[in-house]
Amino acid sequence: MPVTIMCPDGAIEGSELESIFDFLRDVDEKYSPYKDTSDVANINRKELDEQNYSQELKSILEIADKTKKETDGYFDVWHNGTFDPSGIVKGWAIGQAARLLRAHTSDFYIEIAGDIQVSGESLSGKDWKIGIRNPFDRTQNIAVVELSNSAIATSGTAIRGQHIYNPKTDEPIGDEVVSLSVITKDIVDADRIATAAFAMGPDGIKFIESLDGYEAYMVDKNKMATQTTNWHTYEAES
Amino acid sequence: MLKKIIVTGFVLLTFVVYSIHQRGDTTPLVAQLSQTTMPNTTNTPSASNNTTVSTPSTTYKDGNYTGSTADAYYGYIQVRAIISGGKITDVQFLQHPNDRGTSVEINNYAMPILKQQAIQVQSAQVDGVSGASDTSQAFIQSLGDALQQAKA
Repeated sequence: MPVTIMCPDGAIEGSELESIFDFLRDVDEKYSPYKDTSDVANINRKELDEQNYSQELKSILEIADKTKKETDGYFDVWHNGTFDPSGIVKGWAIGQAARLLRAHTSDFYIEIAGDIQVSGESLSGKDWKIGIRNPFDRTQNIAVVELSNSAIATSGTAIRGQHIYNPKTDEPIGDEVVSLSVITKDIVDADRIATAAFAMGPDGIKFIESLDGYEAYMVDKNKMATQTTNWHTYEAES
Repeated sequence: MLKKIIVTGFVLLTFVVYSIHQRGDTTPLVAQLSQTTMPNTTNTPSASNNTTVSTPSTTYKDGNYTGSTADAYYGYIQVRAIISGGKITDVQFLQHPNDRGTSVEINNYAMPILKQQAIQVQSAQVDGVSGASDTSQAFIQSLGDALQQAKA
């Protein structure tokens, strides 16, 4: 996944940036389900017992447990006997990298594959302007928000016409929602809540409306956008 | 059968840390595919937004080429590139992502009526873009593999 870091004040040196990228590579080594030597692969081969989990893995699992409770059991890092914490790890990794950046500067932007944490001001000395990608045409933006010390994560798929099934019942749960963007203070929360709410279908945005400190912007297959009550407070004047 | 695809809802977290040198590898592919630009990634400590895209001049051997299966965060993607007259004439999706979640019982929250409107393209300059790019990355990866096979 592409990683983008911007520090407009130049307060961070190349070598320091490299160490952040090293950290992200290390996260991939440890938590990729596809790397034979990763903790995740070891857990799935039953070669890593719970008592031998690292402190870091335990803290990731705590976030997963919290999310499972908050989403009514929907979000689960265990799927049919397979351990897969990826729904948490991406946001967690951005959050950790942001912490490393904060040691050097209060103005930064970090993105991994469309999920973003910003802090302070952009190069223009104002809030960071973030576009919401048009899920029907990735060269376009369909909304622009202004963020400072906030995070945004978007769940969805860039391919139309796929069918989403409920694995428990084998019933289609609909493909109405094509994109769901979530804004909140912290990327860990934005990412996990966006992931969970996206799979709730059209009810996902209602779920987010019910949460304090979260706003969301949903795009459905009819190219209609639905926003939570206070989403507009982030929207840039056009 | 579909269920099998769903239960293998693995998610791969692959950090491809794009260096400036590596950027050239994927960007032309996107240009080839959509004839448009994509937001560039950069790890330079500046906010410059470089949107230059080079146009590849590669021609491919006619035939059908199936790319490797790539993870799309919500499931796997595999694409087949159809080459005719040395050009990509079609790209077919062999595996589509399926959401791996279970449904959730949502209570009837006391809900205000949420604002709804047709999406509109915004032209304002932005510092960054949020989107579900995972599928596209997997798409690029699988297509790249197919096109590699199509090269002479």
